[in-house]
Amino acid sequence: MKTTNKLFSKIATPLALLILVNLGCERDISDEAVQATFSTNQTVFSDTFSAGLEYYPYADSKFEAFSVDTQVKYQGTASMRFDVPNEGDRNGAYAGAIFRDDNGGRDLSKYDALTFWAKASKAATINDIGFGQDFGQNKFQVSKRGLRLTTNWVKYTIPIPDASKLKQEKGMFWYAEGPENGDGYSFWIDELQFEKLGTIAQPRPSILNGDNISVNTFIGVNINIADLNQTFNLGTGEDISISSAPGYFVFSSSNPSVANVSETGVVEVLSAGSAVITSTLGGIVAKGSLTINSIGSFVFAPTPTRAPNNVVSIFSDHYTNTPVDFFNGYWQPYQTTQSADFSILGDNFLNYTNFNFVGIQFANPTLNLTDKPNLHFNMYIPNQVPSNFDFLVTIVDFGPDKVNGGGDDTRQQLFVRKSPSIVADSWITIEFSLNGLTPRNNVGLIIFENINFSLLRNLYLDNIYFYKN
Amino acid sequence: MNIKNKFSIKFLAKYFILLGLIFSFSCSNDESQTVTTMNELVWADEFTIDGTPDSSKWNFDIGTGQNGWGNNELQYYTDRLQNIEVKNGMLHIKAVKESYLGSSYTSAKMTTKGIFEQKYGRYEAKIKLPWGQGLWPAFWLLGDDSNGTVIWPQIGEIDIMEYRGQQPTITHGSIHGPGYSAGQAITKSYTLPNNRFDTDFHIFGIEWGPNYINYYVDDVLYNQITPKNLPVGAEWVFNDANFYIILNLAVGGSFVGSPNTQTVFPQEMIVDYIRVYK
Repeated sequence: MKTTNKLFSKIATPLALLILVNLGCERDISDEAVQATFSTNQTVFSDTFSAGLEYYPYADSKFEAFSVDTQVKYQGTASMRFDVPNEGDRNGAYAGAIFRDDNGGRDLSKYDALTFWAKASKAATINDIGFGQDFGQNKFQVSKRGLRLTTNWVKYTIPIPDASKLKQEKGMFWYAEGPENGDGYSFWIDELQFEKLGTIAQPRPSILNGDNISVNTFIGVNINIADLNQTFNLGTGEDISISSAPGYFVFSSSNPSVANVSETGVVEVLSAGSAVITSTLGGIVAKGSLTINSIGSFVFAPTPTRAPNNVVSIFSDHYTNTPVDFFNGYWQPYQTTQSADFSILGDNFLNYTNFNFVGIQFANPTLNLTDKPNLHFNMYIPNQVPSNFDFLVTIVDFGPDKVNGGGDDTRQQLFVRKSPSIVADSWITIEFSLNGLTPRNNVGLIIFENINFSLLRNLYLDNIYFYKN
Repeated sequence: MNIKNKFSIKFLAKYFILLGLIFSFSCSNDESQTVTTMNELVWADEFTIDGTPDSSKWNFDIGTGQNGWGNNELQYYTDRLQNIEVKNGMLHIKAVKESYLGSSYTSAKMTTKGIFEQKYGRYEAKIKLPWGQGLWPAFWLLGDDSNGTVIWPQIGEIDIMEYRGQQPTITHGSIHGPGYSAGQAITKSYTLPNNRFDTDFHIFGIEWGPNYINYYVDDVLYNQITPKNLPVGAEWVFNDANFYIILNLAVGGSFVGSPNTQTVFPQEMIVDYIRVYK
């Protein structure tokens, strides 16, 4: 399965419309008058397009992927055929489309599932298949991810997370599927319809994949509540989980003055304090939560004042940075340090979590610091400075071979000891002379590490640069 | 329900189709179908008093029996309120996943043995069933063993309701006797149309008289078993002894298989009432 790009631009939509006309899909323009309520027609496709249904392929997909097949069908006279392209197909990298009701939408509130019969030319797994995508807000979009097809006709059920929401739904059906291991294939869908099965039960909604997640954050940060799912038990006894749009959920914050959450599940941090974001779907509490620990206003690191031509910068938004190979080498097996780098209002910060040691390498090219004999960086320690804080910075010159190791490396160790100037929740400016490192014309690595069992686990860094006065 | 049959799906399906045909010939679908005829109430538990079930009506089976009550069941039956409790007018039999005296699950089983036993009658209960792989609730009758002098299957067994948690739309009604027990029991399955048994209460009942047992769910009579349904030469053991009522919720066992990682615990079998008429 190739990951497909399901984004589309507003410009692309008219293009899709144009193609639609050329394809000449069957449509019934027999609307007599605008109805007071929306159609409850359950049929999407059965031998032919249902009234109001239109085909809109994604702008970057293979437009010809869909056709009506009168040879292969589950029953009746025709089925929907989808030809997934091979990798490298010049007409489009994947197959994908929405099928929309353009008669104003339908009232699906009395149904509980979208059902269809399907088979494929070979056993395959469809990336995304569902309903509720309308090239508008996609407010009630649903996807069964990874739907596995066989070469036999099988009936599939995609439950509606909360049918009471679907009083006027335009998105009747959508799918997106790429080649499997580079190869295209075909699949067929027939008897595509909304049904009231009566056997879909035991709803178990979840957010954040059902996990209880806690984040330390600041005023002004926006966090998206992701991984929204609804799980049902089908009449066959099997469970099915469907990715469900935020529109089905009702989000709430335990402390809206600290963190507000929108209808679409976007959390906005407003003040210092704690808040727990939870949600419900159809009145049932969703598993999973997001605990916001807002430290308050984010204090930006002091703005550097040195002239750019006196500086060689590794990481700063105020200077042009030298090329960096990595900000975290993930050195196995002893390194535990993870990266959770973030940005606020366009200002970027390195964030090392579960810290023990970490290396930043900039060896392509190595730096000649002969006339830049000083190091500067800003460090921020959230919450608390550990009582045994002891921090070592090592600057490594890679020597004439310009690579790490090789027997010609030299290094200087710079010790940041616990002192009254090392405080939590504040930017600390640390500056060192590199006079002990000679020569220093092939500098390629900075290592930060805890020493003497220091329990520093979380830190932010900014404005790492070498300079001359 | 002792030593259960292992239906293969194929076997079950064949059986189902066969009985389905008989059903459609013998029972008309008209509205005037007569489901029950016995209407004189002789015994009931409406579960009106909160707490432990009425000890003047019920005994509890405790422990794991022999080989998981003869079926390799996984639960330890207790009479603790955690496993069996009357609250808000309902009996709750709760299967809990917990380590308890060597078992991985606890649940409850209660009977009217020695307290209320009767031959013939209409037995019905209004029950909301649990769901999930490996849950096996049952509402059934067992013939009195005359102080151990008669053994199963000679004593006779009438299963009014058995259900697999992994098949939430299907209930099974069976009888067991000599020559037609375990895998050879006389069984019929009933699939609830456009509905399932774990989302609301449904009535499970039999009407039992001389040489017949009628099975019904809600207002649908779905089977009648008579001596004609037995294997040639087999004995009908339902015209002699008194039978007592059993209600239990098993976990695992040969009829359902073990729970899996998707099975949600705890699970409850909730009973609104049990009534017996003659």
